[in-house]
Amino acid sequence: MMAPFFSSKLLVVLLFGTLFGLILGVLPGLGPTTGGALILPFTMTLDPLSAIVLLTSIYCAGTYGGAITAVLINTPGTPAAAATCLDGYPLAQKGEAGRALGMATVSSTVGGIFSVIVLVFFAPVLAKLAYEFGQPEYFALAIFGLTMLASIGEGSPIKNLIAGAFGILISTIGKDFMTSIDRFTYGINELSVGIGFIPVVVGLFAISEMLTQSTLLNQVFKRVALKAVKLPSLDDYKKTWKTILRSSGIGSFIGVLPAEGGTVASLIGYSEAKRFSKEPEEFGKGSIEGIAGAEAANNAATGGAMVPTLALGIPGSATTAVILTGLIIHGVRPGPDLFREQPDFLYGIFGAMLIANVLFFIFGFFGAKLFARITLVPNKILWPMIFAVSVCGTYSLSQSIIDVWIMLFFGVLGFFMRRFGFSVVPVIIGLILGELVEGTLRQSLVIFDGNWLMFLTRPIALTFFILSLIALAFPLLRSKKQKN
Amino acid sequence: MNNVQNKKRANKSLPFFFKDEFKVFFVIIFFSTILLISTFTFDKVPPILNRGIQPATFPKGLLVLIMFLTTIIYYLSFKNPWKKEKKLPKPFFLTIISFILFVVISKTLDFFLAISVLSIFVSYNWGEKRVFYLLLVGIIFPLVVFIFFEMILGLRFPPGIITNLYYY
Repeated sequence: MMAPFFSSKLLVVLLFGTLFGLILGVLPGLGPTTGGALILPFTMTLDPLSAIVLLTSIYCAGTYGGAITAVLINTPGTPAAAATCLDGYPLAQKGEAGRALGMATVSSTVGGIFSVIVLVFFAPVLAKLAYEFGQPEYFALAIFGLTMLASIGEGSPIKNLIAGAFGILISTIGKDFMTSIDRFTYGINELSVGIGFIPVVVGLFAISEMLTQSTLLNQVFKRVALKAVKLPSLDDYKKTWKTILRSSGIGSFIGVLPAEGGTVASLIGYSEAKRFSKEPEEFGKGSIEGIAGAEAANNAATGGAMVPTLALGIPGSATTAVILTGLIIHGVRPGPDLFREQPDFLYGIFGAMLIANVLFFIFGFFGAKLFARITLVPNKILWPMIFAVSVCGTYSLSQSIIDVWIMLFFGVLGFFMRRFGFSVVPVIIGLILGELVEGTLRQSLVIFDGNWLMFLTRPIALTFFILSLIALAFPLLRSKKQKN
Repeated sequence: MNNVQNKKRANKSLPFFFKDEFKVFFVIIFFSTILLISTFTFDKVPPILNRGIQPATFPKGLLVLIMFLTTIIYYLSFKNPWKKEKKLPKPFFLTIISFILFVVISKTLDFFLAISVLSIFVSYNWGEKRVFYLLLVGIIFPLVVFIFFEMILGLRFPPGIITNLYYY
């Protein structure tokens, strides 16, 4: 299993990916999704395994890195660390920043490693199951993935569905893959090949964040001083080990669900930690269990989200959508055949994620103070630099200036979407699932001779449709319950 | 909480066409309608070759779905008005102007020059007045990125008045 790691090149890639991921995670507004998209062009110089190892290590470390900023400046470095602010910052204000970060580091590592174990055992099982899938089943699965967008946590369920449908609509731009008929190209040749994933991701995440930062220039962060990260005491371990395990399980499960990711996982992990706690009144005031619950869950979602990505080609989160693009760019087709034909490649990814979790523990433990200083780089210096990298990175993939303009367009669009409560994550998931949804639908209709009711005669497809209905009903029930 | 309620109340007192809910509803419906109309201009597959659905059917369905869901959120906003967003500050508009400048300069003069101008323009308008840092973000860093992409990825940037000096 660890054979590929005898290569020193892979270890260097892993070290770089973990460090880079931590820096991205620490910087509010960036994060593993944007960082992964920005670094994707550079992966073209690497072999497929190194490229995916780089992206996955960024994913693991970036998810953890968000906790450092959450604890020290009360601003989540990544959306997945939002729940960590609730108790991390109050604890830091009490002069226990080191203890808070120590718990965040330990629980993130345990959650991450737990999820890699889930990935190792569950992904091959799911891949085996996927052999039973035909076009109608894949269509139903993709629909299930899209309906899960209704409950991704950010924004209202209906707004998320609109954003998801918009993402699919973008995927229809260009030549129709079955008939080569132009759609939404309006005579622009460059649009015939469709809209690339990278300009949209970089635009929606990096450029829209740049615009958001332009509205927050007067914001002042109150930083809490950090002497050193402390390992949790025996008392803290006794208090939190059940929470860490529970949240690791919750995070892995939420991660496996298509389109859900660390943000939802951490919120559920946090609320479950509170529900099971003997001291629920301490939550929000600096509870160590709150930090453990949120951090174990969001890092456990990383391995979980890789399960559908690798086994089915359905992204488990926004960052795994970037990883999926990385796989496709490098000619690796995710799905059941990958498990049969390239087991070494998969074991390489599993091993890389495992090592990345250990590495960010070491870097986090000894370097959190240093990483926290990165947030001192002023926005007026940082964001123009990010813009330069975004522009060059977007241009580099197909050497097309149109891609850069598309990136800017989606940047402005993403800003207004976020301003009016539309999450941009569903657009990304919709864009990446769009071709699968339309392709499998049309091929299924060819198989069924145009009879839509035939979908209901396929048990697996029917199961996914029922799950889709549940996924749609869940946010409604949740909001009713909250009102009551 | 009170702040949010105040904001909601402030939004409630506006005429309907000034409210964010209506603006968002209008923009989505307007563009969806234009796109929907354009789907009727897509070429059709002759019946003898047609298997399954026409290429325009799927986007049509999506656009109808988007319009339907948009109508629902607008309807729901009568019960739960959205909170009124703060006015956008000057640096935001200056950043948008810098994007327009970037597009114009990259198309007419030079890609690298466009990056430099945008970086200096944004940095300056966001409050950076020190010359060294302006040079850092506007010239030194873009140059490093340019050379890195050029050498590591073998990328050839589009020709322009400055880029040509490097290439020729």
